[in-house]
Amino acid sequence: MTQYEAVIGIECHVELKTQSKMFCGCPNAFGGEPNTQVCPVCLALPGALPVANEAAIAHMIRAGLAFDAEIPAFSKFDRKNYFYPDMPKDYQISQFDMPLTQGGVVKYWLEDGTMKECRLTRIHLEEDTGKSSHAGSGDGRIAGSTHSLVDFNRAGVPLMECVSEPDIRSAKEAVGYLEALKRTFVQLGVSDVKMEEGSLRCDANVSIRPVGQAEYGTKAEIKNMNSFRSVERAIESEIARQIEIVESGGRVIQETRGWDEVHGTTHSMRSKEQAHDYRYFPDPDLVPMEVSRDLVERIRSGMPEVPWKRFERYRAEYRINALQATQLLDDGPLAAYFDAAVAASGNPQQSLNFVLGDLSRLANESGTAVGASKVTPALLAELIGLLEAKTINSKIAKGVIERTWQTGDSPKAIVEREGLAQTTDSAAIEKFVDDVLAANPKVVEEYRGGKVGVAGFLVGAVMKASQGKANPAMVQELVKKKLG
Amino acid sequence: MDETVSATAASIADAVNAKARSAREVTDAMLAHVDAVDDRVGAYLTRLHDLARAQADRVDARVAAGEKLPLAGVPLAVKDNMCLTGTRTTCGSKILEHWVAPYTNTAVARMLDAGAIPIGKTNLDEFAMGSSCENSALGVTRNPYDPGCVPGGSSGGSAAAVAANEAAIGLGSDTGGSIREPAAFCNLVGFKPTYGRISRYGLIAFASSLDQIGPFARTVEDAALAYDAMAGHDPMDSTSIDRAVESTADHLRTDLRGLKVGLVREFDTEGLGGEIDAVYKKAYADLEALGAEIVEVGLPSAKYGLATYYLIAPAECSSNLARFDGVRYGLRVDAADVGAMYEATRAAGFGPEVKRRILIGTYALSSGYYDAYYVRAQKARTLIAQDFRTAFASCDLIACPAASSPAFPFDSKSDPYSMYLMDYYTIPMSLAGLPAVSVPCGWVKASADSSPMPMGLQLTSPIFSERLLLGAAHAYERATNHAALRGPAVGAPA
Repeated sequence: MTQYEAVIGIECHVELKTQSKMFCGCPNAFGGEPNTQVCPVCLALPGALPVANEAAIAHMIRAGLAFDAEIPAFSKFDRKNYFYPDMPKDYQISQFDMPLTQGGVVKYWLEDGTMKECRLTRIHLEEDTGKSSHAGSGDGRIAGSTHSLVDFNRAGVPLMECVSEPDIRSAKEAVGYLEALKRTFVQLGVSDVKMEEGSLRCDANVSIRPVGQAEYGTKAEIKNMNSFRSVERAIESEIARQIEIVESGGRVIQETRGWDEVHGTTHSMRSKEQAHDYRYFPDPDLVPMEVSRDLVERIRSGMPEVPWKRFERYRAEYRINALQATQLLDDGPLAAYFDAAVAASGNPQQSLNFVLGDLSRLANESGTAVGASKVTPALLAELIGLLEAKTINSKIAKGVIERTWQTGDSPKAIVEREGLAQTTDSAAIEKFVDDVLAANPKVVEEYRGGKVGVAGFLVGAVMKASQGKANPAMVQELVKKKLG
Repeated sequence: MDETVSATAASIADAVNAKARSAREVTDAMLAHVDAVDDRVGAYLTRLHDLARAQADRVDARVAAGEKLPLAGVPLAVKDNMCLTGTRTTCGSKILEHWVAPYTNTAVARMLDAGAIPIGKTNLDEFAMGSSCENSALGVTRNPYDPGCVPGGSSGGSAAAVAANEAAIGLGSDTGGSIREPAAFCNLVGFKPTYGRISRYGLIAFASSLDQIGPFARTVEDAALAYDAMAGHDPMDSTSIDRAVESTADHLRTDLRGLKVGLVREFDTEGLGGEIDAVYKKAYADLEALGAEIVEVGLPSAKYGLATYYLIAPAECSSNLARFDGVRYGLRVDAADVGAMYEATRAAGFGPEVKRRILIGTYALSSGYYDAYYVRAQKARTLIAQDFRTAFASCDLIACPAASSPAFPFDSKSDPYSMYLMDYYTIPMSLAGLPAVSVPCGWVKASADSSPMPMGLQLTSPIFSERLLLGAAHAYERATNHAALRGPAVGAPA
């Protein structure tokens, strides 16, 4: 039986996070009453002219640098000409042959920690369109509608298009790739990446070929995927559909297919044959951009460590497993907190335990982010120091960190004030042990009869008697010694 | 009627600033003159009585408060492709016949801030495409020097308004000669500054890389005052140049000593006919008499100017005019679906010349033709600009005709190509982005029984050398004073 592999390339449109739109001063904000965030420029009134938003250009450079893309010294905007009612100028300002970033590699990982790479073709800057809605048909569809309405609030919002090479081989890899883009853009502050608000939209080009074959198969472009989960399901469904066609002697045709979330299948939208001639040409309203090396270096030096590099560092230096590293990296501020805690405590394992354990739990319960809580990395490091010095044990530490979370008091102060320090006084511990053994003659009998497992019960009882303060290692040793 | 209407902008501003006359008096006299004569000229598509009076009162209040305004009370004609808040802004097209602009063009705003009074919006070839004003869908504009002749174009309405004393300053836009040619036809000074000197924000685009706003005036000094008021960087226009502007009105020259004036080998005027040739030969001799050294220069690529222009300008216009789709504003012709609505709206809204250029431009940008047409035209454009740079290594100014003939009768150029040829001498400067001015240089009779019509001398100079250029034009104007020889047949003060 023939084995097939999928060949997948992904085009993503990501709305950039800026104060104002790409070519005018209107706010770049989601929602709002229709047509309230508009001006002569983004409505394309006669005579209005675009002025490029420098913050958006800086975001593009950030995005490119995050993936080691080339940032050419010279770039320009072009007009992509076609008529569409929600595109006010009836051309889109985009970039054709000289995008702001070229090439690059997205390094991402799968659930098991395997690193993967997908080359980028380019990332270019353009503007978003408005949104149409259709009235009179009852179901909002254009078929049967009596008229259409256009909201231009979104028109002119800066949009970057990330085009990948066809390096992705499975639906799971596609999701890994998208998660890497999302993580990176969010942590660089380039975008909010909210799929539900449409600030990330993606299409997938999917084809199959027998394993070992060099040529690509005929691809279908899949649209309408509204979540990472639907990307995964849509690609799986499309791969299965194409294999079935080929296996039954058919031929895949090049077309655009829409993902149907309800039925879990893709359906044909339009064939690619009526391809547009967009008549690209350099936009004469905008001067070409010279991207100085100085600007690129300034932007680079202000960037945080990119997530995939952090992932590799966490794995290699701290031996953190893939799942936990992903948990940290899916929340940029949490990862930054973790790094600060490691720096302050010198103890990655304990830092990780607290960050993903007690602190994440407290954050969930309270709705306050770990980084915004009263437990600063320095206070966490202090607590870890108390543990390392065996001043307290982990059970006590749990209570202390909750106290610090609520009050911001230093762990040392709490331990001192409440007398929580471990007892290492051997005479005092011996007294607790003697009392417990005297109170549990039957258990002592069982132990001496060969049931050594009951020692744990006795150790627990001693700890309880000491209100948790006895040094557990000393207790264990003494119990064993006394039982002989 | 009142002598005020034929006064220069400089003298009106002086009188208003000195409180010898009020802006309101000047304005009322001008509005009365316009109402009396414009039915015979057709310069204005919209007269702005209320707005003009309100602005005049504002200017008087500012003068009363002690301000000195460089254009205090100066009546202004605005080409109807420039937005002015609350006024109908049509581009001479049915597609915008009833569109009211909600914002103001930067150049117009600066003129009003300098104290000018907007008398009305003037006729033009539809979307500034044409050289006679005959392509307007909304009205006929006549040449005040001979109502049987065209005023030139595309800024024919503003030229006719200033020539008929219906304004002291007119604003035009020049893409390939649309200020300089009508200035020559209407016995005026017409000035196109360096590309990027005056903001295009609020100027309805024809060809973005060529469009440039500039003034019409009856004297070089008035044109200089208007230029000084409008020039300078505008953050709303990325192509406006962020570079200090040299004032011009206070640096006008009275001679040309120390300057080299280049005559273009390829622009020989002998082929234009004996009478026209004589006008230009005399003009060049006058330049020399003013102290200039005359040198010969070559512009070997200039002969490709027309072909280059008629690829680049239509390519840009095919994209610029896409927005007139019936969705958001302007004319809409309803149809079964949105695609049919686009077609019906644009078929009804655009005139034949606009459609012709949209078709040419769409073709030139199409895949498979782009390299052969658009890209080659851009290369030719670079060569033409290089020719000028080379020429200016051996001269300070270049002198040549502004148009190859005086104003012609209506309907005499039915072939589009013969109309395109009118811009033969003005297009190369537009492609190179150079400042260029047309100054009256003599009168010729088109035929034995017709009245003499004005001709224009075009002077051009390197980019950003407006001070030198207007200074030289002023010296020539003072020495020759051709404009004063005759008054208009329509619109002369009684």
